Amino acid sequence: MDSNSQNEINESSQVHDFVHKSLSNRSISSSKNSGGHSLREVNFAELASKPVRHGSRGADSEGFSSSYKEMNDDDARIIHINDPVKSNEKFEFAGNSIRTGKYSILTFLPRNLFEQFHRVAYIYFLVIAILNQLPQLAVFGRGASIMPLAFVLVITAIKDLYEDYRRHRSDKIENNRLAWVLINDEFQHIRWKYIRVGEIIKVSANETLPCDMVLLSTSDSTGVAYVQTTNLDGESNLKTRYAKQETQVSHPESKMISGLIKCDKPNRNIYGFQANMVVDGKRISLGPSNIILRGCELKNTDWALGVAVYAGRETKAMLNNSGAPSKRSRLETLMNREIFFLSVFLVLLCVVVSVCHGLWLRRHKGDLDLMPFYRKSDYSGGKVEDYNYYGMGREILFVFLMSVIVFQIMIPISLYISMELVRVGQAFFMIRDDQMYDETTNSRFQCRALNINEDLGQIKYVFSDKTGTLTENKMEFQCASIGGVDYSNGKECVEDGHIGYPVQGGEQVLRPKMKVKVDQELLDLSKRKNLEEGRNVRDFFIALAACNTIVPLTVETQDPAVRLIDYQGESPDEQALVYAAAAYGFTLIERTSGHIVIDIQGERQRFDVLGLHEFDSDRKRMSVILGCPDKTIKLFVKGADTSMFHVIDKSINSNTIKATESHLQSYSSIGLRTLVVASKELSPILFEQWQSSYESASTALMGRAALLRKVATNIERHLSILGASAIEDKLQQGVPQAVKSLRKAGIKVWVLTGDKQETAVSIGYSSKLLTSKMTQIVINNNSKESCRKSLQDALLMCKKLGTDSLAAEINQLALIIDGTSLVYILDTDLEEQLFEFASRCNVVLCCRVAPLQKAGIVALIKNRTDDMTLAIGDGANDVSMIQMADVGIGISGQEGRQAVMASDFAMGQFRFLVPLLLVHGHWNYQRMSYMILYNFYRNAVFVLVLFWYVLFTSFTLTTAITDWSSVLYSIVYTGFPTVIVGILDKNLSRDSLLKYPQLYGAGQRQENYNKRLFWLTMLDTIWQSVAAFFVPLLSYWGSSVDGSSLGDLWTIAVVIMVNMHLAMDIIRWSWITHAAIWGSVISTFVSVMIIDLVPLLPGYWSFFNIAKTELFWMCVLGVVIGALLPRFVIKVVVQYCRPNDIQIAREMEKYGNSRRDSQLEMNQIFDPPSR
Amino acid sequence: MGSEDGSYRSSKNSKKPKYSRFTQQELPACKPILTPGLVIGILISLAIIFIPIGLLSFSASQNVVEVVDRYDEECVPATSSKLGFIQDAQTNKTCIRTLIVPKKMKHPIFVYYQLDNFYQNHRRYVKSRSDHQLWSPKNEYMTKLCEPEAVDSNNEPIVPCGLVAWSLFNDTYTFSRNDNSLTVNKKNIAWTSDRTKKFGANVYPKNFQSHGLIGGAKLNETIPLSEQEDLIVWMRTAALPSFRKLYGKIETDLEANDKITVVIENNYNTYAFDGRKKLVMSTVTWIGGKNDFLGRMYLTVGGASLFFALAFSLLYILKPRPLGDPTYLSWNRKPTL
Repeated sequence: MDSNSQNEINESSQVHDFVHKSLSNRSISSSKNSGGHSLREVNFAELASKPVRHGSRGADSEGFSSSYKEMNDDDARIIHINDPVKSNEKFEFAGNSIRTGKYSILTFLPRNLFEQFHRVAYIYFLVIAILNQLPQLAVFGRGASIMPLAFVLVITAIKDLYEDYRRHRSDKIENNRLAWVLINDEFQHIRWKYIRVGEIIKVSANETLPCDMVLLSTSDSTGVAYVQTTNLDGESNLKTRYAKQETQVSHPESKMISGLIKCDKPNRNIYGFQANMVVDGKRISLGPSNIILRGCELKNTDWALGVAVYAGRETKAMLNNSGAPSKRSRLETLMNREIFFLSVFLVLLCVVVSVCHGLWLRRHKGDLDLMPFYRKSDYSGGKVEDYNYYGMGREILFVFLMSVIVFQIMIPISLYISMELVRVGQAFFMIRDDQMYDETTNSRFQCRALNINEDLGQIKYVFSDKTGTLTENKMEFQCASIGGVDYSNGKECVEDGHIGYPVQGGEQVLRPKMKVKVDQELLDLSKRKNLEEGRNVRDFFIALAACNTIVPLTVETQDPAVRLIDYQGESPDEQALVYAAAAYGFTLIERTSGHIVIDIQGERQRFDVLGLHEFDSDRKRMSVILGCPDKTIKLFVKGADTSMFHVIDKSINSNTIKATESHLQSYSSIGLRTLVVASKELSPILFEQWQSSYESASTALMGRAALLRKVATNIERHLSILGASAIEDKLQQGVPQAVKSLRKAGIKVWVLTGDKQETAVSIGYSSKLLTSKMTQIVINNNSKESCRKSLQDALLMCKKLGTDSLAAEINQLALIIDGTSLVYILDTDLEEQLFEFASRCNVVLCCRVAPLQKAGIVALIKNRTDDMTLAIGDGANDVSMIQMADVGIGISGQEGRQAVMASDFAMGQFRFLVPLLLVHGHWNYQRMSYMILYNFYRNAVFVLVLFWYVLFTSFTLTTAITDWSSVLYSIVYTGFPTVIVGILDKNLSRDSLLKYPQLYGAGQRQENYNKRLFWLTMLDTIWQSVAAFFVPLLSYWGSSVDGSSLGDLWTIAVVIMVNMHLAMDIIRWSWITHAAIWGSVISTFVSVMIIDLVPLLPGYWSFFNIAKTELFWMCVLGVVIGALLPRFVIKVVVQYCRPNDIQIAREMEKYGNSRRDSQLEMNQIFDPPSR
Repeated sequence: MGSEDGSYRSSKNSKKPKYSRFTQQELPACKPILTPGLVIGILISLAIIFIPIGLLSFSASQNVVEVVDRYDEECVPATSSKLGFIQDAQTNKTCIRTLIVPKKMKHPIFVYYQLDNFYQNHRRYVKSRSDHQLWSPKNEYMTKLCEPEAVDSNNEPIVPCGLVAWSLFNDTYTFSRNDNSLTVNKKNIAWTSDRTKKFGANVYPKNFQSHGLIGGAKLNETIPLSEQEDLIVWMRTAALPSFRKLYGKIETDLEANDKITVVIENNYNTYAFDGRKKLVMSTVTWIGGKNDFLGRMYLTVGGASLFFALAFSLLYILKPRPLGDPTYLSWNRKPTL
């Protein structure tokens, strides 16, 4: 149910966010994801006396809501500021106490049972237990028939109860935290759970927010507040939120305004919020940047006042607190097919029994009255009546139903429980694997979906995002081209006390947190203010330091004399640029809404921010208007090269432009992300013109975003180029090696990125996806027809190259296709051709793709083949792809947590994919598939033994094996070892699996679980059941043995046989395995003894009597050896004559020590464990 | 940049999983591989264990001396209807059978009656008993499961109730050897556990076979159930439709060609359902009665093991494969194909 609601959200409102976010992150530009700050006070030297308010920013978020005019009252919640009584009187808004716990003491039993019975298997079980309660059908004793179901229910209930208890406990702690709330014009300390919607809450620095609130006022005079949203979306950088000027007060205790807020109904979109506020009769619109959410922490702001709008379970944090999406594993789907066969088989057995019983009844029709063991007639009353005889038809029906009850475990219910337990165990080991722990983000591997562990062993396609997944999304300033000169000889600065420019801040020295490589030539040049080039360089760096939304924070260090400047911002590109500027001595040390302070090579200079044009996806650039200390007004613009060259005046410095263009070309060819920086000096007239149009645009009620964009476009013209910067998007550690092993394992790696083609190709080379030997086929087309032609050509070429595998080895193909072409291909008739061609390629790179196209490409493969797909990504734009793929993996990295929230598994680094798939996936698959087959066998062999006996009881479903033993069989006698083997057995060691990635092919080829294996297992099962049944039967034929004794013999023999069968297949015997196998054999003996110690059961003391005889033990030995000998022989022959790769690798593990050299070679390819 | 990575290393709240051999799945373990030597060793040792045991048990079974006599056909007059004969309480059902001992029989010689085609494991039958009632007189009224032999016509509980007790076998045998009477010891023919624990020493038969259809033997109402050994033996319901029940033991040796005369009271009605009745005298060895099956099975399994051992040895000689040779890996094999 969770997945449904999640999908819904993703398809509707969040789509905007995805698009937006992808663009902002993928395009090379500074960006502000959800800037929505509308009013700010700007002090400009010349206008100091008259504070001017400029509408600005917020372009993006409001752009999306341009259609939004008036909020419908029905769809809105209305909040009276500072009047919780009135706010709550009409609608029952949720209080702020949260309950993540599902149950209360009263509701636990009914609710938990209701949830548990959602599984079909349990209902089957229940129906059979109920059937058994009917007197005509009572096969088992009442207790014995309910036991298994009760056992399973109780175990699950205990697990749920414990989980719920932990949730309740954390709820309690959360609910009892304290917050300052305005009550009767006075701030009082009250518990979180008592906060109501409409109340005004004061939050101090570093405090956690108790509920979602609209910011009213902050300690900053401009109404800025900084929040950290780590708890919400995992992003550790600071985000700016704004209070509206209308509600801003200078002191928290000053008189509060009252007003009305009309906002959305509670929803899960943490990046969206729409509201209107009416204060003093004035109507103000609110956006996502005016709301601060529960779970965030207030930073760098002394205090903030807000009015609670969503509380408790209606907060966005709580609404996002949903479970993992539910997917069903491939193996489980296949298993259900086999379960269908088993149920057919079950019905067949029951039909045989009931038909035979019918024939028997007909043959003995006349004798039934007198037969001492049937006695149809009851003479005890006055007149003779039929005793428990309902006529042929119903007798046959009853026998049929009874046989269903007796043979019920043919459908292995216990298998479902075992699978759950095994998956929990496997998840435990995956989470604890120290090779999948990421030190940089301090994150362990996370299993969010518990039911597709084994799918990890069968992956054929990996779809990977690039930024943040293959690369670190940690940008590093690499080189610059300033004034047409390339400076790319940056060297790591040695600690010589002269790194960058330590800035004197009072008694302390300020230093930027990150060190950047510095080009000495450029550094020298930047110091010469008098030269033309020097001025150019200075402007370039001022632009880098100023034209952004970065906030500098100072951090204490262990050395009291040194403080570090940490640049916080939402775009890693901007951070890199600011650090770079700082390294050259242009250190941004202060930013308020009105001005910025830059320390220029030891000299502190103050720039007034007169205006700022946010980045938007149409313009692909941002600009800032600065009032410089020398009283000039300058416009600085930076943006993507394509958009910048349109607005740069080509007549000035045409040589420089040409040089820069060629530099840009070379930068992007080595995989760098480039930005172009330009500037222009504004004349006072031009400035005033801009100012008036800017002001009118920002106060416009309708279409504000479009108007602001127009203002920006008007001023961003005739710029003169300053230069270009190049930032390296560093590959994550171990990516090339990981890609190499994945490819060796027969997994096709496709990269889907929003980046430029050149960048994507260069990352492709550096991550070893592309090699120079490959034939690259590029499809960049602008129409459907040309796409069709390119695809046909490509396919033709493919055919020419040959189709056999040998040719494919030599002529490796790489397809590079861009988003525009995909628009014409996906969802049209060309899809088929693309699939045909792409599936022949070794590598596919898709660049400039939109989030939904990513999902479309995954679907291209998923819908046309049986191959398993895996999508891995880190950003919100990868969510659709992650949900589309069979297995979705989120990287918990730099970008938000949305990918993680949508994923099935989450981890810190791309390279963990290798241990995850090759090691854990392989193990999980092998373990689970063995466990399923073994469970089928284990239950079927028992049912068949019961069935054979029924043939000797005139088809009346007597069981020689006691009821309790039948019930305990799959739980106590044989259940435990299955689970242990499913969790712990390893067919190969981690080292071998990593050394030979090809071993992964076993899962892709479905070697461990397929129809053939199933039917072979079933044949073996029939043989073993025959041996287990007939050896004791014939040994005791015509003797004076009683039913209970023979039943005990069958129980013991079958349990030992089944456990020895498992023992024969176990590959690694650790002490736990020993304990499980021998323990369960011993527990069988103990249980049988205990059952035979009850004098009120017919079988009293049978075990002790029969176990005294030699014949008993000879039968047990004969059964076990006789039943398992064929399996043993066949296993040995197959292993010897037709060994599979796993068998060879196992032998190598044990005997292959002589081949040391090859091992050494492999070790080099494998990345050392992370330290 | 990047110099500050790993800042969590020192911090206390690092989530790095603690290393243990368990969590890293590196517990010390034994990894047996079925090498040719091991396989042949296993198969040979199986043969070494199974063939002698098979021979031993086969010979033990051969040494058992067994005399079986089916008497249900001969002990009814051929003229009248079998069913009418057996149901008539007035007729004389005595029948004399003479058996010759083929080989010397050492004591104790077990005397069994054997019933064939009698489904003592029929569901209706096995369920129709009350173990509670047998155990203690307090549970006299727990006869719910005993239908249709739960209560008599006065609604008084029948002890022991149920079809199992009701159908108690009631043929009797009197033995004489060469015209000297031969005592059959009928003491201790039931399990000690049943006599001492399961069947109450203070539970006495009541209203048993008192009305309606008479199923079989009647019980002496003055003897407690724990001493009614024929009943106790009968109540251990047989596993299979052809079964023997212990009648008594002859405590003297019988010589070859001894003539045994048995006087049979042929009371029990097996004629209603094509049942067969046999009288069995048998000696007992460690393997139980006469049954060749187990010996044969052991010999077969042992022989098969030996055969497979030889076959494998041949296979290993003719088609040797070095263990753990990487050239056998599928991706190394391919190019040569």
